[in-house]
Amino acid sequence: MTATEVRARSTGRDPGPVRGVLLVVEHAWVWYRRNWRATAVSSILQPLLFLLAFGVGFGSLVEGGEGVAAATGGPSYLVWLAPALLAVSAAQTGVFESTYPVLSGFKWQRHYHGMTAGPVSPAQVALGHLAWVALKIAGCGAVYVGVIAVFGGVASAGIVVSLAAAVLTGVAVAAPVTAYSATLESEGAAFSVLFRFVVIPMTLFSGTFFPIDRLPGWVQPLAWVSPLWHGTEIARAAALDRWQPWAALGHAAYLLALLVLGAVLAARLYTRRLQP
Amino acid sequence: MRKRFGAFEAVRGIDVDVARGEVFGFLGPNGAGKSSTMRMIACVSPRSGGELQVLGMDPATDGPRIRARIGVVPQLDNLDQELTVRQNLEVYGRYFGLSRAHVRAKATELLEFVQLADRADDEVEPLSGGMKRRLTIARALVNDPELLLLDEPTTGLDPQARHLLWERLYRLKREGVTQIITTHYMDEAEQLCDRLVVMDGGLIVAEGSPAELIERYSTREVLELRFPTGAAPPAEALAPHADRVEALPDRLLLYTADGEHAQAAVASAGHRPLSALVRRSTLEDVFLRLTGRSLVE
Repeated sequence: MTATEVRARSTGRDPGPVRGVLLVVEHAWVWYRRNWRATAVSSILQPLLFLLAFGVGFGSLVEGGEGVAAATGGPSYLVWLAPALLAVSAAQTGVFESTYPVLSGFKWQRHYHGMTAGPVSPAQVALGHLAWVALKIAGCGAVYVGVIAVFGGVASAGIVVSLAAAVLTGVAVAAPVTAYSATLESEGAAFSVLFRFVVIPMTLFSGTFFPIDRLPGWVQPLAWVSPLWHGTEIARAAALDRWQPWAALGHAAYLLALLVLGAVLAARLYTRRLQP
Repeated sequence: MRKRFGAFEAVRGIDVDVARGEVFGFLGPNGAGKSSTMRMIACVSPRSGGELQVLGMDPATDGPRIRARIGVVPQLDNLDQELTVRQNLEVYGRYFGLSRAHVRAKATELLEFVQLADRADDEVEPLSGGMKRRLTIARALVNDPELLLLDEPTTGLDPQARHLLWERLYRLKREGVTQIITTHYMDEAEQLCDRLVVMDGGLIVAEGSPAELIERYSTREVLELRFPTGAAPPAEALAPHADRVEALPDRLLLYTADGEHAQAAVASAGHRPLSALVRRSTLEDVFLRLTGRSLVE
C-alpha cells in the first residue's frame, strides 16, 4: 500500500446528551423557517375557526341563558371556553406533528437515518422531536392567546398558566403518538383511525365545550382517561382563577406520567428501528 | 464478526483488517451480507458475535464517539428533501458539534468539491439522482472524517455520473481518507479498491487486490463465444482449447492465457460461433469461479 499521507483527526465530536437534543430542535427550526406555511393551516387557521364558530358564533346563541351561567359559573361563554380551546389546539397539534412527520423521518424522506449516522442517538432524535413539538405548541399558542384577547376572551393574566398547561397537554399526547408512529411500516389506515376514533371523541368529550357532568354518568369515565380533560381542567382553573391545588396537582401528575411513559417508549422504539 | 436477525444469519463469521489510508471493498451479490457488515462498522447495528474495532474503539461502548469521526454514504439517500442543498450540509454538520461559522465555510468548500455550488440555494427534492448522490457524499465529508463508508455508492447512476463520483472518491483517497466500499459492480471495485474481499452467503470467499484475485482465480484472458440458440457445443467439447470452460445461459467462456490462440484452435476444430470476443479477465470472472454464479443477475 502506497498511501503517503493519512488524514488527520476528524473535526467531528459527540455533542453530548443535552446539546444533541437541542441540535435536533435546531434542525426542526431550520425546516420550519422555510416550510412554516405547510402547517400554518392546522396550527393557526384551524384554531381560529374553532374560536369563531364556538366562541363567537355559538357563544352568542347561548349567551344570557341561565343554563350557560350555571355551567360557566359566572363568566361569559367565550371567557370560559378560551383556555379550553388553547388546550384543544395544543392536543391536536401534538397529535398531528407526531404522525406524518415522524413516519416521514423513518420511511419517506428517511432523514432520521441520516441524523443517526452521526454521533446523535435515536433516543436524542425522539426527545428532540418532542421538545420541538412543545416549542411549536408554545409559539402557536402564544399567537392564539393574542387572537383570543382581541375577541375579548381573556379575563386575566392567568391565561399564561393556561398556555403552559396547554403545552404540557400537547406534548403529553404527542409522546405516545410518536411512539406509535415509530412502530408503523406504512401509513395504511392507522392515522385516519387515530384521528377519527381517538382525536375527535377526545375533542368532543373532554369538557371543552360543556362541563363533563352534563354527560350521562356512564360516559364520564371516558373523559377521566382523556389527557385533554386533565389539561383543560388546569387551563380553565388558571384562566378563571379557580384553583383547587390538589386537583390541579393530580391533573398535572397524570399528564406528566403520560409524557414520561410515552417519551421512554418512543426513545426505545426509535432505537429499535434505527439501530436494529 | 457475525450478525443474526432472528433465525437468519446475515453475516456468518468474517475477519478483515483495513489499514488507515486504504480503500477497501466488499464485493458480492445482493444478500451477501455486505450491507449488514457496513452497518456494524458504522455503529448503527450491534454485532451478534465476535470482535470489532473502528478507529481503535469498540462500537458497542463508543458508538457516538466513533460515529462523530466517520462519514457514511448510505445505499438509499436520506437527505432532508425540504431543505436547500446548503442547509442539508449545515444542519448535518451541526450534529457533529461544529460551530455555525465552521459549517458555513465547510459547506461552501464541499459544494465546490462535488460541483453543486450553483445549486446551493435550491431545494433538494427536484435534483437529479446523481446530484443527490454527490450531495450525500458532501454531507458525509462535513466532519472531515478519518473513515468514509460507502454502501453501493453508484447504484442507479448513469455512466457519466458514476465516473464523476469515482473521480471525487479517488481525490479523497489521495488526501488520505480511508474508505470502505460495498459494491456489486466489478468495474467499480477494480477502479477504486486497493484491496477487497469477495463475499457470498455471509462469508468471505476470497481476499486480495483486484490484480491478485484475477491472477489467482482466473486466467489472463477470456474468450467469449456465442452460438445460435440450441447449437452450442457442450463445454466438454471445447475443454481441450482452454484451461477452464464456463457455460452461461447465453454464451461460453473459455479461460486461457492467450485468447486469440484459443479462438484459432476452436475454429480449426470446426466450431462456428456467431461471435467471438477476446477480453481480459475481470473480477466478474473471479466471482463466477468462486461461486459458480454471475455477480449481477
